[in-house]
Amino acid sequence: MSLIETEQLTRVYRLGDEAVHALREVTLSVAAGEFTAIMGPSGSGKSTFMNVIGCLDRPTSGSYRLGGEEVSAMSRDALAAVRNRKIGFVFQQFNLLERLDALGNVELATIYAGEDRRRRRDKAAAALTRVGLAERLHHQPTQLSGGQQQRVAIARALVNAPRLLLADEPTGALDSRTSLELMALFQKLNDEGTTVVVVTHEPEVARFTSRLVRFRDGRVQSDRPQRPDDAAAELLASQVEIMPDFAETAA
Amino acid sequence: MTFSDAVISALDALRLHKLRSSLTILGIIIGVAAVIAMVAVGSGGREQVVAQFRSLGTNLLVVMPGSITKSGIGLGSGSASSLTDEDAAAAVREVTLLQVAAPFVRENAQLIAAGVNWSSLVYGVDLGLFEARDWDVESGRLFAPDEIARGAQVALIGQSVARALYGGLDPVGQELRVRNVPFRVIGVMARKGQSAWGHDQDDVVLLPLNTARQRVIGRNAANSRSVDSIYLKVREGESLAAAESDVKMLLRQRHRLQPMQDDDFTVRNLADIAATQEESVGTLALLLAIVAGVSLAVGGIGIMNIMLVSVTERTREIGLRLAIGARPRDILKQFLFEAIALSLIGGAIGILTGILAACAIASLAQWPLLIEPEWIVLAVLFSGFVGVFFGWFPALRASRLDPIEALRYA
Ligand SMILES: Nc1ncnc2c1ncn2[C@@H]1O[C@H](COP(=O)(O)OP(=O)(O)O)[C@@H](O)[C@H]1O
Ligand SMILES: [Mg+2]
Repeated sequence: MSLIETEQLTRVYRLGDEAVHALREVTLSVAAGEFTAIMGPSGSGKSTFMNVIGCLDRPTSGSYRLGGEEVSAMSRDALAAVRNRKIGFVFQQFNLLERLDALGNVELATIYAGEDRRRRRDKAAAALTRVGLAERLHHQPTQLSGGQQQRVAIARALVNAPRLLLADEPTGALDSRTSLELMALFQKLNDEGTTVVVVTHEPEVARFTSRLVRFRDGRVQSDRPQRPDDAAAELLASQVEIMPDFAETAA
Repeated sequence: MTFSDAVISALDALRLHKLRSSLTILGIIIGVAAVIAMVAVGSGGREQVVAQFRSLGTNLLVVMPGSITKSGIGLGSGSASSLTDEDAAAAVREVTLLQVAAPFVRENAQLIAAGVNWSSLVYGVDLGLFEARDWDVESGRLFAPDEIARGAQVALIGQSVARALYGGLDPVGQELRVRNVPFRVIGVMARKGQSAWGHDQDDVVLLPLNTARQRVIGRNAANSRSVDSIYLKVREGESLAAAESDVKMLLRQRHRLQPMQDDDFTVRNLADIAATQEESVGTLALLLAIVAGVSLAVGGIGIMNIMLVSVTERTREIGLRLAIGARPRDILKQFLFEAIALSLIGGAIGILTGILAACAIASLAQWPLLIEPEWIVLAVLFSGFVGVFFGWFPALRASRLDPIEALRYA
């Protein structure tokens, strides 16, 4: 069954008299459990598409069903609940709050899920452990490397156990080695059952996924399955390299 | 987002900008402190004034020589005193509304007892005074009627005089020299405390009226029966105004004043004086309310300003919170709580500062301190209200942000 189903999805920005067609009748489905990369030139509508399917933005026309439920007609509060429980969003800028430590940042997402404080702490710690930061719970964002900060952001996206993980250029601010480690993490999360959609403009990043969608001028230009690269499998196999944290603490 | 989450998050955010938060709440602190201090001092003062008039007796008329409408030209108010103890006797005799009359003379005089010098206000009184002023001895006894009549050399002293001259000794039976005239102390009066005008009512010596006039208060008055003032006590339940006009009529007649002549005496009514006093305290209270309103409004605008700055600074944070599932009302709650926390902290510090200031003023002015718990509750509620009122707009603005635009904010 399709987790994401869009039909004729259109998003038009109006700038005075001018209309910018960011998305033009995009019809696309993503099945539960898929690992998809979206590529395309700058301005081709990738972010706009991610924002709409992430329920951060509404389409101008067309339909979007998430898990069979029509989203475009939902109220602001209902959309907030969808963002909180069904979707995890990862941004290029990690968007961590400087005044909170790693645990506090991850916990933030559980506050809006109405859980009690004890359970929230436990869930946040578990999510950080899942991304390999078990030893960094009480570090402030400024005390973490870029890769580690993005892991905290991923833990925050995961903490309410969403079925869908969306990442818009998550490696855009990271060096290539860290980027590959992060993609290996996404692959691991996908193996554990989460549907993942990643926007990137780096081919070696896209190589980790099993499906590649190309956007051009607000349209889907191509959409084909691919075999994840062996490099990814290699990276996955060596735990030490994926989880540099453990390497440091072991040494 | 639960209540406690919102509170914790608000305090966290404020802690991040300690200096800014402190400066912002300064307005609220000053406003609340000023109000608490002034209300406490004002009410303490009013309580004092009212209590003193009550202790003096609100059913008391005071007759003084001279007219207050005539500004003392030529005649010089009170000179060649126009009042006598005969006027007093006539008043009780002929004005049936009066219960008692108490004529008296009064002057400062030097006292000596057992080698100690002291200066006090010396009164010459008759027995009416004790009834008019509800005043009795604490130890010893009052004057006997014949002591007044024959001008005996006996004295009653107030507690401050007793303490100053005799220390711990029992003054009753001791000798007291007033302007070098020897008297025997026969009693110590009950404590009266401070008067409405701030002088010590226990720093007095009471002598029989005739003795005082003949031997101590050596007035070169033409009339040996003249007195300085007369207290007139109106019967319980009778109208003061009626008694006052009867007394005026009688005195004009006795003093043979022509219809065009002004009164050569003044009748004052303590109830009226008390009422004007209370009225002016009421005006003061209104003024305080205005000061309070203005300072709290200024404080509130300060809070609104800083909250708008805070919302702008934290636009990305708001976008992030919306992206991870905050509803608009969660954002509203978060910023509203910050504003309320600011104003409540300001209010609490203001209350403490105000109480301290009130204590200081009260001890300087020697006024009783009056702090009602209701004011504290009111101050807390009011500063909370200021937070809600002035925090609402910035919070609403925050809650209406679009998640994408907020996240894109540099
Ligand atoms: N808020 C906006 N207002 C106006 N135009 C926008 C806005 N956001 C995006 N666009 C335009 O929509 C098009 C698609 O943008 P975007 O989805 O960000 O592309 P991509 O992420 O692929 O680079 C671009 O032409 C961009 O200029
Ligand atoms: Mg983009």
